[in-house]
Amino acid sequence: MKPIEIDKVQDKLEHFKNKQIYIHLETTNGAYASHFNQDKYNVGAYIRNAKASYHQAKIVGDGKSFRVGLKMEIGWIYAEGLTDWEMLDSKLLMAGHDREGRLMVSLQISETPFSY
Amino acid sequence: MEKHVVVIYPHPDDESFGAAGTVAKFRSEGVPVTYLCGTLGEMGRNMGNPTFANRETLPEIRKQELMDACNILDMELEMLGYRDKTIEFEDRRQVAHHIKTYLDKINPSLVITHYPGFAVHPDHNAYGAAAIEAVSLIEPENRPTVWAQAFSNDTLEKLGTPDIKNDIEKYFDKKIKAILAHASQAIGVISQYRNADNIQSDLNELAKQNLGIERFYVWKY
Ligand SMILES: [Zn+2]
Repeated sequence: MKPIEIDKVQDKLEHFKNKQIYIHLETTNGAYASHFNQDKYNVGAYIRNAKASYHQAKIVGDGKSFRVGLKMEIGWIYAEGLTDWEMLDSKLLMAGHDREGRLMVSLQISETPFSY
Repeated sequence: MEKHVVVIYPHPDDESFGAAGTVAKFRSEGVPVTYLCGTLGEMGRNMGNPTFANRETLPEIRKQELMDACNILDMELEMLGYRDKTIEFEDRRQVAHHIKTYLDKINPSLVITHYPGFAVHPDHNAYGAAAIEAVSLIEPENRPTVWAQAFSNDTLEKLGTPDIKNDIEKYFDKKIKAILAHASQAIGVISQYRNADNIQSDLNELAKQNLGIERFYVWKY
């Protein structure tokens, strides 16, 4: 993946507007967080191939780390901490990595289901 | 001498970090070893450093890494096709029966797996429990010995000293080679051993301290 270019990603977000899409949304600090440091908590969530549709989308950020909000008819999809992006087989992949390259958050949008 | 050893762990790289030295020792004695790998580590967080994988390409990359590591360790590989982070939500009895179909074919004398409740990652605990259940479904007189690996922080306190302590110094280079075959994972995992006390030590030293001995408990049925 490469560092997020805000204009290009905004273009891609527009592309998926008002379409039936599949979402992969995930955040994690790993299964070992509290094993290596007892003061930490294991926290994570993911949803893969949630069907959704949005009519408004925006990416906002300070040039390094970005937030994406997708406005749906009756709710929102939101991700914070995104740093990198890539188009892969017409799928928009966005993710946030820590200094050691570990994935912390990801938001992916596709018109076809993600492999499961 | 063992007749055939089966290693039952859920993730590509568990075999290299957890049991590579033990596997290498068995292979040097001519004992066949088969790895029943549960998932492809699809939900791993390590994407290489610098990153070269992403959430969608990671499964195929890890599959190749797994095959390379198994080649280095000269062991057979079976991939059982579960999904990373979901094994604890599967029907345990069903997973146990699935594993047992392989055990019935191989008829091993020794099974190596994770110690349920003491192996930190939910997949380790769930897959270890299913493996131990699979063995329990075999008639007592035909049951292989089970070595269960535990490494949660309360292991020593709750389980006492491990029954098996394999000093794998002789096979350490091979173990490191197998670990490094997991290029997307290796550095990220080893660097997690860093803490306030050893922040200066290099990765080789960390690896030696943490991976030089492979410990197991003999499961009692
Ligand atoms: Zn594992």
